[in-house]
Amino acid sequence: MIVEIGHFALALALGVAVVQSLVPLWGVARHDRALASVGSAAAITCFLLVSVSFTALVISYVRSDFSVENVVANSHSAQPLIYKLTSVWGNHEGSMLLWVLILTLFGALVALSRRSLPLRLRAGTLAVQGMVTVAFLAFTLLTSNPFRRMIPAPAEGQDLNPILQDLGLAIHPPLLYVGYVGFSITYAFAVAALIDGRIDAVWARAVRPWTLLAWVFLTLGIAMGSYWAYYELGWGGWWFWDPVENASLMPWLAGTALIHSTVVMEKRDALKVWTILLAILTFSLSLLGTFIVRSGVLTSVHSFATDPARGLFILMILVFFVGGSLALFAWRAPLLRQGGLFAPVSREGALVVNNVFIATACATVFIGTLYPLVLEMVTGDKISVGPPFFNATFIPVLVPLLLVLPLGQSLAWKRGDLLGAAQRNFAAFGLGILVALATIAMTWGGPVLAPLGIGLGVFLVAGAFFDLGERIVTRASGWSAVLSRAKGLPRSAWGTALAHAGVGLSVIGIAAVAWSTEGIGVLKPGERLTSGRYTVVLESILPRKGPNFTAEVARFQVFSGNRELAPMEAAKRIYTARAMPTTEAGIRTDGLSQAYVALGEPQGDGAIAVRLYDKPLILLIWIGAIVMSLGGALSLTDRRFRLGAPRRSAPAQSAAVQPAE
Amino acid sequence: MTAVEPARPMVAKRRMTRKQRRLVLIGAAGGVLCLAAGLVLFALRDTIVFFYGPTEIAEKGVAPGTRMRLGGLVEEGSVARGPGQRVAFTITDSRTAMKVTYEGLLPDLFREGQGVVTEGVFQGGNQFRADTVLAKHDENYMPREVADTLKKQGHWQPGEAGASAPQAKPAPQASP
Repeated sequence: MIVEIGHFALALALGVAVVQSLVPLWGVARHDRALASVGSAAAITCFLLVSVSFTALVISYVRSDFSVENVVANSHSAQPLIYKLTSVWGNHEGSMLLWVLILTLFGALVALSRRSLPLRLRAGTLAVQGMVTVAFLAFTLLTSNPFRRMIPAPAEGQDLNPILQDLGLAIHPPLLYVGYVGFSITYAFAVAALIDGRIDAVWARAVRPWTLLAWVFLTLGIAMGSYWAYYELGWGGWWFWDPVENASLMPWLAGTALIHSTVVMEKRDALKVWTILLAILTFSLSLLGTFIVRSGVLTSVHSFATDPARGLFILMILVFFVGGSLALFAWRAPLLRQGGLFAPVSREGALVVNNVFIATACATVFIGTLYPLVLEMVTGDKISVGPPFFNATFIPVLVPLLLVLPLGQSLAWKRGDLLGAAQRNFAAFGLGILVALATIAMTWGGPVLAPLGIGLGVFLVAGAFFDLGERIVTRASGWSAVLSRAKGLPRSAWGTALAHAGVGLSVIGIAAVAWSTEGIGVLKPGERLTSGRYTVVLESILPRKGPNFTAEVARFQVFSGNRELAPMEAAKRIYTARAMPTTEAGIRTDGLSQAYVALGEPQGDGAIAVRLYDKPLILLIWIGAIVMSLGGALSLTDRRFRLGAPRRSAPAQSAAVQPAE
Repeated sequence: MTAVEPARPMVAKRRMTRKQRRLVLIGAAGGVLCLAAGLVLFALRDTIVFFYGPTEIAEKGVAPGTRMRLGGLVEEGSVARGPGQRVAFTITDSRTAMKVTYEGLLPDLFREGQGVVTEGVFQGGNQFRADTVLAKHDENYMPREVADTLKKQGHWQPGEAGASAPQAKPAPQASP
């Protein structure tokens, strides 16, 4: 019964979404306020209906209702409760439902937001969001229905794919989807502005929090996915330039460019057309990612059994929304009132530099990801484009941008002073050089470029905060003045600094990968293996039984030099339902570094193959990403704070006017 | 560090006209794009790796020493382990077989009779030295290239790969 309710609610939601996508536009065309306002109610209703549907699926999973095909294929009665829950989105159908749920959630949030949006913009945005919802609801209902019954019902399910039975993966998809799908709102805003034919600072101000929100979650989602791949797949790598990873990186890059260009638009009323295009492209890349992952057109280490019919359906969605919006853009953009131009050396000029480089970097990833597909269609040759390609293209494009990032941050709006900005960053730059030199000296004979990478990271972190520090300290005297100045800085200034420092931390972590080492050995209990700074001693190999798996657990003592760290365990598991083996890496965190052990084949005589990695400073990669999203979140509170009471805070705002935000 | 408030632009800069500013902008953006295009073309020539099935290697006359991906089925009974981390096995498309050597840990889902993709250097004849054996996340998954290779050789029965799953396509998904 519950399953039928869920199914019915989903079908009903499709009907409501159709209303949401048509009626508001009709209302706007007829200048009928009542009709134009229907979108809000429809969006909220649609969200409630999809929530009912999602809850029904969750209940089916929790009760292990094996009369539902989707539950049979992806769950097992012996699974721990948490994995029964995460099984809901650990498969294609369920994750589509989560996708639609988040899509309607964003629609409902726009409908509920108290922000004073012009009626026409709100109506248009909700209508466009409604269209996207219609497409994906139809896709879910027609090709990927999670509520399909199975008669007769089997007694037991087939278990969730074991490598997905993991906490990291439990939270990775929801985070990632909030990011991916969040950009649908920016897209809806952009298309609505094109339909309306008007775009101004009000638009930019309305869009910014949504972009920032989506970006924060996408950043966290990608970082989580990367960390999951690192510890779960047992290869010790954190990024593989795999099509599926690129599929999430491209919208992230475009979104990063977008949050920067909307600042220019909001502050200086410029870059309008470009910002609109970027908003369209960002969500288009999200859709492209969905297509790549779910159609199986590109071979990826992450790909799974897929269905060509679904691929075709998503391709149609992709063509309609990307093609439609770009056509609308080509038609309407020339009619938009052009924004002002500005001096190349200025904050806005620096943000343009940011956009040019990030968009270019995004394009290189795009080409590398899709080139194999095009080549196969044209010549029939099958190729793979791997890390060497991206190292040769993406990195050279991004590094110059990182080098000038602190300069851009300390340039003033309108007319900047390059010399002054350079002077302000002199100390940070010097610090970076010093650290790079020290690193070269300490690791003489090692990798050449990595110390420069470390120096760059230090420069970025120092530059991010020295700039703020200079603004706080040098113009004030005494601690109380410093404090009040620190408080007076807008939160988004702190957010910017934090996010940029996060980039620096990640850069340090990535550069330090050059010093990671790998050792392979065949160990019997009592024997040792050394790699880099770490030595492990195999203590014992013991069998263990989990709820839905059996495991061989190897226990290791870990030493860093002569210092003994806490022991660690690595395991080979066999999940009984699918008879599928997985490797559970053993990881011992030592400061920011990690010792990482993966088990290989048992050798028969009580020995086991063991791979040990020394991963120096590796945690900084993900800490940097978390710091970036914290920065984004901090900026978000700034926007809310100001937009919550736009009129009353006006005097306070002018008191805290800063040259930069 | 005492910040020297730099004097207002010391040399009164000639204000650029709108047109000039636009040119600077377009020029800079074009420069970056050209640079990137150059990098991409260069990299596409040097860094891509072709995928072949065992029969294709002979057909296309691939030169020994070529770096490539090789895919097919791991022949039943062909996996020989040792000494140490060395593994030797045979990849077949049921018409031609390639002997593959590999040193390192094999992915969890590497099994005899299953599809596999390896990357390494073709040694000439029927010898291949792999340095990467690609892991797959799903026991029913057949790499698309491998499926194509087998189809080409006429040994593919649809449903073979998913035979162990009675239901319509369980499709576990790691990412969106």
